[in-house]
Amino acid sequence: MPAAFNEMYLPDGRCRPGYEFLKRWLETTPAELFAQRRAEAELLFRRIGITFAVYGAADAEERIIPFDIIPRVLTKSEWQRLSTGLVQRVKALNAFLADVYGAAEIVAAGKIPADLVYRNPYFRPEMVGLRLPHDIYVQIAGIDVIRVDDNDFYVLEDNARTPSGVSYMLEDREVMMRLFPDLFAVNRIAPVENYPEELLATLKSVAPYSAPDDPTVALLTPGPYNSAYYEHSFLADKLGIELVEGRDLLVRDNVVYMRTTEGPKRVDVLYRRLDDDFLDPLTFRPDSQLGVPGLMHAYRSGNITLANAVGTGVADDKAVYSYMPDIVRFYLGEEPILKNVPTWRCREPDALKYVLEHLGELVVKEVAGSGGYGMLIGPASDQATRDIFAAKLRAAPENFIAQPTLALSTSPTFVNAGIAPRHVDLRPFVLSGADKVRIVPGGLTRVALKDGSLVVNSSQGGGTKDTWVLDT
Amino acid sequence: MLSRTADALFWLARYVERADNTARIIDAANRLAATPISYAGESNEWESALAAAGALEGFKLNQPETSRDGAIDFLGFSANNASSIKSCLGTARQNARAERTALTGEMWEAINGGWLELRRFDGVKMDGDTLSAFLSRVKEACLRFDGSAYRTMLRNDAYFFLRLGVYLERADSTARILDVKYHLLLPEGERVGGGLDYFQWASILRAVSSLTAYRWVYHESLKPWLIADLLVLNEQMPRSLASCYENLTSFLDELSLAYGRQGPAQRVARSIRTRLQNATISEIFQTGLHEFLTEFIADNARLGAAIADQYLT
Repeated sequence: MPAAFNEMYLPDGRCRPGYEFLKRWLETTPAELFAQRRAEAELLFRRIGITFAVYGAADAEERIIPFDIIPRVLTKSEWQRLSTGLVQRVKALNAFLADVYGAAEIVAAGKIPADLVYRNPYFRPEMVGLRLPHDIYVQIAGIDVIRVDDNDFYVLEDNARTPSGVSYMLEDREVMMRLFPDLFAVNRIAPVENYPEELLATLKSVAPYSAPDDPTVALLTPGPYNSAYYEHSFLADKLGIELVEGRDLLVRDNVVYMRTTEGPKRVDVLYRRLDDDFLDPLTFRPDSQLGVPGLMHAYRSGNITLANAVGTGVADDKAVYSYMPDIVRFYLGEEPILKNVPTWRCREPDALKYVLEHLGELVVKEVAGSGGYGMLIGPASDQATRDIFAAKLRAAPENFIAQPTLALSTSPTFVNAGIAPRHVDLRPFVLSGADKVRIVPGGLTRVALKDGSLVVNSSQGGGTKDTWVLDT
Repeated sequence: MLSRTADALFWLARYVERADNTARIIDAANRLAATPISYAGESNEWESALAAAGALEGFKLNQPETSRDGAIDFLGFSANNASSIKSCLGTARQNARAERTALTGEMWEAINGGWLELRRFDGVKMDGDTLSAFLSRVKEACLRFDGSAYRTMLRNDAYFFLRLGVYLERADSTARILDVKYHLLLPEGERVGGGLDYFQWASILRAVSSLTAYRWVYHESLKPWLIADLLVLNEQMPRSLASCYENLTSFLDELSLAYGRQGPAQRVARSIRTRLQNATISEIFQTGLHEFLTEFIADNARLGAAIADQYLT
């Protein structure tokens, strides 16, 4: 594995551009002050109630995600390159979805295997032939990118279903501004606080064509027991829209209403944070208590916009991911700006053979997995674990892909021993509306707090950092 | 606003109010139980406290003997008692968490902070000092929640539903406290008692935090019918039934104004209020205080059902 790219220091020990003030700050601030500020930050997060639930952890009903008070810095030019690449990528994702649920030209052109699309567990036949307002499927995308050297950002995965984490991006900034107001006075840091504004504008822009000028938007949550519930209520509040559960909605004559103290009120756009499977017991899982009977009929009748659309999972599948460079070229006629991590598709016999022979060097992921569950990190595994995984691979190779172990870049982080480099990734949030694509500068930086760990997921001991895009 | 949100707010307020009432009941019982028998008379204060908090039946299911520690645990902490202070604040916090968007930051911090702090008392032995620290924390948390609602909320339907919860719960609580002790409040002459009763009467007033208010209103030594007058009919007294109904009718009127529509809830509240306004304490004693209170508790529950029917489902 190559040495990780250190975002703060050059190999000769000098500081990279953009990090000078941070270096000075870290050197001149007394350690006690940092300790005190970290304690304050923890208290703030607890008080505000920013918690999340970890599935399978009975001891901890609610936890807070560890927050690191050292910001992660991107220069203006780095960000410009990255954001141009993100816009390109998300445009391609939307074009791909409109195509596979429409004319399916990409399949006809032989650029992607038909079974990968049509037998994909996230492909929704209900969506075939349905035209969505402005042909937008992924209104909110979270694209996970990593940095491996001075020039290149790699996309690790595209989250096109219900990406989460944006509340941490916003709260991390709020907490930093409360703890270190002086830093913000000296440095010009691009603000992120307008995200809710941009999100609302995006959601309203994709309302059904028949909706009133000022459409009613609501956020559909699975409820308080969902691990991301805090974020749902946070966003509904910031957007000034109702936070609804399935039982608050009803469908009458293919129109969706919410139950209010003044009687039923029509809903035009649903920002839904509920998976496809649970949306409508009449169409998908019949045992879903969280959904709304009849919602899919209203959707197919064009009376409501769901954001994101149903069936977008076919685009963020890890096997489809490996075709993204071709997808970008096919629809946009451009070379991809953001790179793809080289990927072995275990469905292909040659690739499977290579993967089985090199399990100790590779990261093997389930095609449909998320949250860092169900993956094998070769270099960190023992022989027994690898044997179990090899058996799984042979049994259902189409469920897996493999990638080289990437050296995620590192950023200075507070750990028990002091300040040390830790691996980070970045999830910027890309909003696609009828009028334009919007991205607030930065995103959510996740950091693997354990020494040497490459897993940044909060469910696996990761933390977050404020992400600064310098405006100078 | 969503019916579910209105329902959660209404019950959030009821649970906070209930926690506060229960804390005051425990406080008063603890004090009376510590008063020498030669002053306070023989009585099982803890059984009365359980009854006043509406928890006696549930308590008896689990344990036949009423002891101080058993009662305090059941009223303060027991998970078997949906109305224990801990259960109340836990449920209130769940509701608040689910309806974060309808609350101001201050209100959420009050309820969340209070709940986190009270968890420190879990499983701690409740000697006198700890008990009084615990009870004052509970009262502070409730006051802080109530105060932040008053100071920071928009005066819209969310606020009205919250206040309806407070006053409906409070009316129920005051009526129950009185009903448990109604035998002590029989008119003069029907009871032998004298000095012993003073401590019992004072305890009733303490349970609703109005011993001092009594003195300012009546400028007299404690008289049972005046105590009943204060807690039933005096609109100046914020925990009285009359004051609760003054507020209930006014917040229901605000709601009907905001929504442009009246309904059964407004009519039920107004009829109960009119009855309280027209009553005198001597009439109430003539027909029987216990009968009056029983009927009131049932009427109050009817109003709760009417509100739920009209707005919360």
